[in-house]
Parts: sequence; structure tokens; C-alpha cells
Amino acid sequence: MQNRVITRKDLAAFVDKLIETKAAGDVIGIKAHGNKYNFGPLKKAVDLRLDYDISLLPPKKYFFPQSETVLKFKVGDPPDVEPVVEEKKLCIVGVHPFDIRALLLMDAVYGGNHPDPNYFLKRNNSTIIGVDCLNPNPKSFAASMGTATIDEGFDLMLTDIGDDYFVTVGSNRGDSLVKKYARTREAKATDEEKRDRVRKDALKKYRVSLKMSPAEIPSLLEDNWENPVFKQKSDTCFSCGSCVMVCPTCVCFDVQDDMALNLKEGERFRRWDACMLVEFAKVASGENFREHREQRFRHRMYRKGKYLIERYKQPGCVGCGRCATACLAEIASPAETFNLLKEAK
Amino acid sequence: MVMQLTAKQSIHLPRIAEIVRVEALSDREKVFEFKFADGKDLGHRPGQFVEISIFGIGEAPISVTSSPTHKGSFELAVRATGSVTNALHKLGKGAKVGIRGPFGNGFPLETLRGKDLLFVAGGIGLFPLRSLINYVLDTRKDFGEVTTLFGCRSPQERLFCDQLAAWNACKDMCFMETVDRAPDDSWKGNVGVITTLFPKINIDPAKTYAIVVGPPVMYRFVIVECLKKGLAEDHIIMSLERRMKCGVGKCGHCQINGLYCCQEGPVFTYAQVKSLKEAV
Repeated sequence: MQNRVITRKDLAAFVDKLIETKAAGDVIGIKAHGNKYNFGPLKKAVDLRLDYDISLLPPKKYFFPQSETVLKFKVGDPPDVEPVVEEKKLCIVGVHPFDIRALLLMDAVYGGNHPDPNYFLKRNNSTIIGVDCLNPNPKSFAASMGTATIDEGFDLMLTDIGDDYFVTVGSNRGDSLVKKYARTREAKATDEEKRDRVRKDALKKYRVSLKMSPAEIPSLLEDNWENPVFKQKSDTCFSCGSCVMVCPTCVCFDVQDDMALNLKEGERFRRWDACMLVEFAKVASGENFREHREQRFRHRMYRKGKYLIERYKQPGCVGCGRCATACLAEIASPAETFNLLKEAK
Repeated sequence: MVMQLTAKQSIHLPRIAEIVRVEALSDREKVFEFKFADGKDLGHRPGQFVEISIFGIGEAPISVTSSPTHKGSFELAVRATGSVTNALHKLGKGAKVGIRGPFGNGFPLETLRGKDLLFVAGGIGLFPLRSLINYVLDTRKDFGEVTTLFGCRSPQERLFCDQLAAWNACKDMCFMETVDRAPDDSWKGNVGVITTLFPKINIDPAKTYAIVVGPPVMYRFVIVECLKKGLAEDHIIMSLERRMKCGVGKCGHCQINGLYCCQEGPVFTYAQVKSLKEAV
């Protein structure tokens, strides 16, 4: 697979071709949403905003929707129950490296011993066209997390190298799409140098950084369970769950039934849930294993910095900065808490 | 990453089972016996749980109370507490429900074989433990000395009374029970919390495993008694309660620190639990 270079005009033509032919499925792209950005169905390439910082919601929503029907049933004798697994073929354009890193974690979570068809029947057929993040969000610390660039998990990766985009080809699927639908030229060593320089320069634009290497975070947390930082930070927590709702590595869901008005049929659906909400760890007897917001706040920090890494051997936080952007109390940034713990040492 | 899957492999899809018997255990608890339409066994180990579906209401995780040595059907003993369990309590013989599972690790039978066993059940902690106790009684020669302690709050809250009477009469096992409080003289048995039974038992700590199931508060006191008896930390086995929603390690509700209670649990040794925070 040979990396390519594409002009801005030819890139737009390529994306328009993908939209028109649906060769890689329905095209989703990063678009402006007021003064923010979000992923949505793309009607024309000109709507793409590849210079964005972060999307409101991470692209995981296409494989793990906010709410998803998983069963349909008719009550009766016996009840008639059918699984509902929506299959999708999508081409998502403009995914940042840290969000691709988060998708690789999602793959591990939704795979494993009990692989989830609802996730993989959307994920498997989808094409990821990434774009390097050259205008980092002020709250992002992806550079420190080592997630600002990535060399796996995409079909194509675009890097704005000035007049043109560098196209790193990451899969056979990406390779054949480019060959078939894009006018490109072969990348030369000088183009590759340009790409690497642009990437390196972007790393310097991150305004939040960790005061430790990411590899150190699990042991830092291990030693700091009782640290007053968790109480201090969480004292102003609204337990609203916003930090979780925008997080690309949050994978948890609730399952509920919804009955039709005729009371004869209904559906079971799952939807995003948040460990920061007070009810999350409550059992029927009334016992709540994380009753206090300090416990929930600490759990989230441990989840991001320790539990997910230990379980899946992949970062539990990719440093995108969405939680810190969404948090009204301005306490959600894992980088801030990790740094405070490091300083307190 | 490509994983070839079909809708039929949905992690949410239950099997349909029929209630073939319902028996009230108390005002709040009933035991339900289920059969699958195809006559297949549940295929569980003692200590595992299932997700029971009442369509239109939802799913709830319930431990299996029958022993796998009992073939052709299985039993769930259920306290009416939440929306699903209250709806289940309204169902009778012939009603059909959904069952997913069995899930979880179950009790470590391989470790327990050949050993002396001390069962300690508090209240409805008896439900999951009953599966193991009856399994042990049905395969009695595979195990050493067996002692069972059961405690509940009052004589009215005793569960599986016929079973308790049978265990009491059983020569294969030493059985003792107590109630926290007896409101009148009609109760002739022990009165006091379950730890008051510990001075009355004789166990060889080197050969004994304690299997303890009860409410969180009970663990705090019973574990101290087990340690006082000289049991090693990895010889004390507990089953923990969590809100398992999916049963397959995805939904996140049952997390205890980095563990998923529905995957690595619900059965843990005290040695494991000790190293966890917020476990009990």
C-alpha cells in the first residue's frame, strides 16, 4: 500500500464521489454546528470541517448509539421475542487519531468472550477516514497521552500539509477506495517529511499536559486512593453525567423495556449510562456501592487511568478534552486530577 | 477486528422458560421452578446467576437456588423488591419468562472437593448457597466435614423451612441456625446474630473452606469470626451482590474497581476482596 498526496480540490471530489456512489456506505462527516463541531450525515464535501478541534460527541455513537433497540417482543403464550440488530455500512470522514484510539478500545470491550453483534454489525462494514488534529482543543492533552497521532485503526488518514493533504493508507479497503475514486499522486519522501513535521508542530499546540508519563498513571492512582484531591475536586460535582456522555472511552449502558400503548408488544432498548449518576451502582435492596459523589468521581478517574488499561491493555482516556469542555463545575479533566495527585506526592 | 456475527447471537436474546411451580417462602419471597421448552438443563454451576426477563418490565439478575444435580428444571428464589421481581411475584404456574445465562464464575467446586466446608448464610444469602449445599449433599462423598450456619432476622423470616428441617435432621451435615430477635416464646431455637454460632462450631482450619453469603453488613462480622477460627484469607469465599444488567461484562453496572462482578465474580475469596475497595 502506497501513501498518496491529494489536492484539496481532488479531496473534495473524492468525498463527493463517496457520497454519490455510496461505495463505502452512507457518508458521515465532521461538520460545523454553530460555533462547535459534530459528526452527521454528509450531503456534500464542502460541508466538511477537517480543521476542527473536537466534535461534541465522539464518533462511537455510530456503532454504539445513544439509544438502540435490541429486542422486539409480543407478550403472549409463549412470548414472541426477536433480536433487533441493525446492520450499517458507514464511511466516517474526519475522525481524529485520539478518537480512533478510543474506537479500538470499544472494539476490545464489545468483543471479548461475549462479542456484541449490535456493535460489530455496524463497526465491521464501516470505513474510517481519519484526519490529524492540527488545531487542538484548549482542554485537550492528547499529546501527553500519546494519542495525538496513530498508525492503526483507520482506512485512510489525512494530514493537511499546506496546499495538499497527505493520505496515509491504512488498509486494503482504504487503498482500493483511493485507487478507484480519487485523483492522487504517489507520496514522495519529501511529502512524508512534511507530514511528520506538521504532526510534530501540532503536538506543540496542546495547552494541557501531564506532569508524568501515561505509563505512570496506574501506579499513581494505586497509591492515592485516600488522597483528599478526590473529595476536594468532587465537592462541586453536580453528578450530571455530562463528562461521561461526551467521552469516547465511556462504554456503559442501561437496559430498559418500553411497552407499546396496546400493552401487547414492546421493545427492549439499551442506552448510554453514566457511572457519575447516583443510581448507577445501586442494587434493588437499596444498597448503593458508590453512594457519594467522591466515590463516583474517584471511580471515573480510576476507570480512565487504571481499570481500563489493566483490563484491555489500552488507554482508558485518550485526552480529547471533551469532558473538561462539557463540565459545568470545571472539575472533569483527568489530566488536572492526575497532575494534582502527582504534585501532592 | 472483523468478527462474523449474526443477530441470533445477540447478547440480549433470552431463552423462553415456563414456570412449572411457585411456592411462597414468606411474605416477600417465593421460589419459582422453571423449565425450558426444549427440556434442556440450564447447565449452571452453584453460585452462578441468570437474567430473568418479564417482557415489558425488564430484566433482573437472580442467583440460581437449585443444585445442578437436579435435572430437567431449575429454581430461582426471589424477593419482591424491584419492578421485575414484583412483576414475577404476580406470575403463576404456566407463565412464560425469558432467561439469559447462566452467568458468572460460580463457586470453585474444584477447589472445594475433598475439603471440609463451613457454609454461612444470612437471610436471602441462603438462596445462592442452597444450590451449593444441596450439590454437596448430593455428591457427599466428594467432600469432608460439612457445617452449615443460617441466620435471619426473626422466625417469620426463615426461608425454605422444610429444607432447613431436613438439613437439621440430616446426619451428613452439622446444621445450626439462629434468629437475631424472637418476638415471643414460640421460637425455641438460638437467638442472636449469626456470629454467636461460631463459638459452638469445631472446624479444622487447615482443611476447611468457609463459604459465606449474606448482606454486606454480615460479611464484616463473619469474616472476623472466620479469621479468628484460623481460616486463611483465601479459604474464605464470598458471593457479592451487584446490579448486573447485561451479565456479559459490557454494561458496567457491576464493576468493583477494575473487576466485573458478572465476569470475574460474583464469587470471590476474601483474599481477593480485601485488595478491592468498595467491595462490601
